[in-house]
Amino acid sequence: MSKRFLRHLTSTTGVTFLGLAVMLIFLMPLGYMLATAFKSESQATVQNAPLWPAAAATFNFQGKDYPLYNVPTDQGTKQLALVSPYREDSDMVDPANPSAGVFNVKGRWRVWEPVYTFSPTLENFSKAWEQVSFGLLFRNTFLIAIISTIGDLISCILVAYGFARFRIPGKNILFLIVMATILLPPQATIIPLFILFNKLGWVGTWLPLLVPAFFANAYDVFLLRQYLMTIPREMDEAAMIDGASPLRTLISVIVPQAIPAITAVTLFHFFFVWNDYFGPLVYLVGKENLWPISVGIGAFVTTYGTHPGLSAATAALTLVLPALMFFFAQRQFMQGVVITGVEK
Amino acid sequence: MPNATTVSTPMLRTKPKISALRRREVIWGYAFLSPWVVGFFLFSLLPIAMTIFLTFTDYKGTTEFAPGNFNLVGLDNYARLLTDQYALPSMGVTLKFALIGIPLGLIIPLLFALLVNSKHLFGANFFRTFFFLPTVIPVVAGTIIFGGVLNTQTGWINLALKALGLDDPPRWFSDPFWAVPALNLLGIWAVGNAMLILLASLQGVPTELYEAATVDGANPLSKFWNITIPMISPVIFYNLTLGLIGSFQYFVPAMLIGGRNGDPQGSLLFFPLHFYRQAFVFSDMGYASVLALVIFVVTLSATGVMFFFAQRMVYYAGGD
Repeated sequence: MSKRFLRHLTSTTGVTFLGLAVMLIFLMPLGYMLATAFKSESQATVQNAPLWPAAAATFNFQGKDYPLYNVPTDQGTKQLALVSPYREDSDMVDPANPSAGVFNVKGRWRVWEPVYTFSPTLENFSKAWEQVSFGLLFRNTFLIAIISTIGDLISCILVAYGFARFRIPGKNILFLIVMATILLPPQATIIPLFILFNKLGWVGTWLPLLVPAFFANAYDVFLLRQYLMTIPREMDEAAMIDGASPLRTLISVIVPQAIPAITAVTLFHFFFVWNDYFGPLVYLVGKENLWPISVGIGAFVTTYGTHPGLSAATAALTLVLPALMFFFAQRQFMQGVVITGVEK
Repeated sequence: MPNATTVSTPMLRTKPKISALRRREVIWGYAFLSPWVVGFFLFSLLPIAMTIFLTFTDYKGTTEFAPGNFNLVGLDNYARLLTDQYALPSMGVTLKFALIGIPLGLIIPLLFALLVNSKHLFGANFFRTFFFLPTVIPVVAGTIIFGGVLNTQTGWINLALKALGLDDPPRWFSDPFWAVPALNLLGIWAVGNAMLILLASLQGVPTELYEAATVDGANPLSKFWNITIPMISPVIFYNLTLGLIGSFQYFVPAMLIGGRNGDPQGSLLFFPLHFYRQAFVFSDMGYASVLALVIFVVTLSATGVMFFFAQRMVYYAGGD
């Protein structure tokens, strides 16, 4: 092995281990969530119980279960079952040799460490599923997400196409205004919008969450426009010469080539709906039946936040779908993020 | 000049034809932009104008918005801002969050990006995916998780700190001083976007620059400071802008942890939470509009100041 290769190997090992250590710390809360979600409620109240989902190990002796302890003996630590505990000594049985029967061991059993086995339980998940009515929340979130994603895609593709392909007066100013709306805090518009939607009788329905999606949004327009500008013009010019209208060209030439960007926008919008808290909080106050997952879980946290296992299971159920979607479409998703950030 | 006429006639004929095409293009173009234009007027411009109008009224959300249900009160709502016992403290909470969170939101994603960009890292894609993962976790779920992991007694962070010999670790969400930094820790979980665009920007720095610097005998640190940082400064600036805007709108995790009063002891009463309470809990929409306008103006001026400085500090390759 050459010296250079060796040096390369050492730095690769070093950097990779550093990366692993950082990642472990960074993702530690997820580990906490999983460990806690699979723990039984009884374990949470026991002092010095392990951090992972565990149950006290027992040994069945003559038809009865006795708890196992790590007992220090002359031959090192042994796992023995506690049959009859006394103050200064105890009657024990050796699971490795039960035929020897019960024998007496000196020492206080209270200072011995109980033996735990890995024993995840699903009780938190089934409890959370019932108490939070996840079924309803998932259904509502999906319906809101699907309808508003359709609106968002249609409107943003149209607008992005307009910005990417048409020479029209004032286009640059308009595009600057589109970008400036990113700066606009939702608080600056929510009161008048609430008043408007209330007048229309829309408060207490999904309409305030769905209708605005049909009028495009700055991030998604920007992402799609950047992508459309990388598609060669020859394609749509050829279609136009063949007599296709701009709309026809958009549908049959541009859209099929923009699938990666469209996928990214779909994911962004879906995650946005899954995350959006302020909108549903304001427009769906008191309408528990219509709540999406964000507000439903939020209400649950404020009531049951003190149950660690139940809370962790709820969090796990809430994040599992976005996480899976991210894993399946991570390439398009990450590319989309890059397009919105770098190509300014 | 018979020749001239034969040449110019077709030109005269085609000219109006081109402008017809041109007109068609303009009409189609505006048609395509129309969803956004309509939406901008309905959902952005008019509401902002109306928010400004509402600041001069005493409109309560409990009655229908109609003449007779509110009075014009001049600058009363603005005067009230000065005597509001929650306005300044809540702005303080928001500023505290921003002052800790914005630097963290610049440095941590940069460190992550440098790490996953390292040619010595084995399995860079794997690392990129998992550093990004928490970013897609819904805010509500993230808040629940951090509420647990930062629990004073049973949370893993304090157990680890105690194991490291810290006898009296922070009481996080139970301590008015530590509650905001605890939310900043949650904020670090969402650095994925910033990391990715920084990474893309790092990969876009021309390698010739580094090679030239190596020839000149520059050490890694000076290369980082004099080449990398200036070359990626537009993206740093972009992250800074987003961090700033986000900080002034931030309140949802705070409300989930501390309720509408921003417990403990109002230490999580962010300015936007104060706004939300005035508008939708106390239905005091006239005064709440002033608070909304404050958020808007602060965001706008902070961004304006940053763009002013960016003109000098940010390097735009081939820029104008």
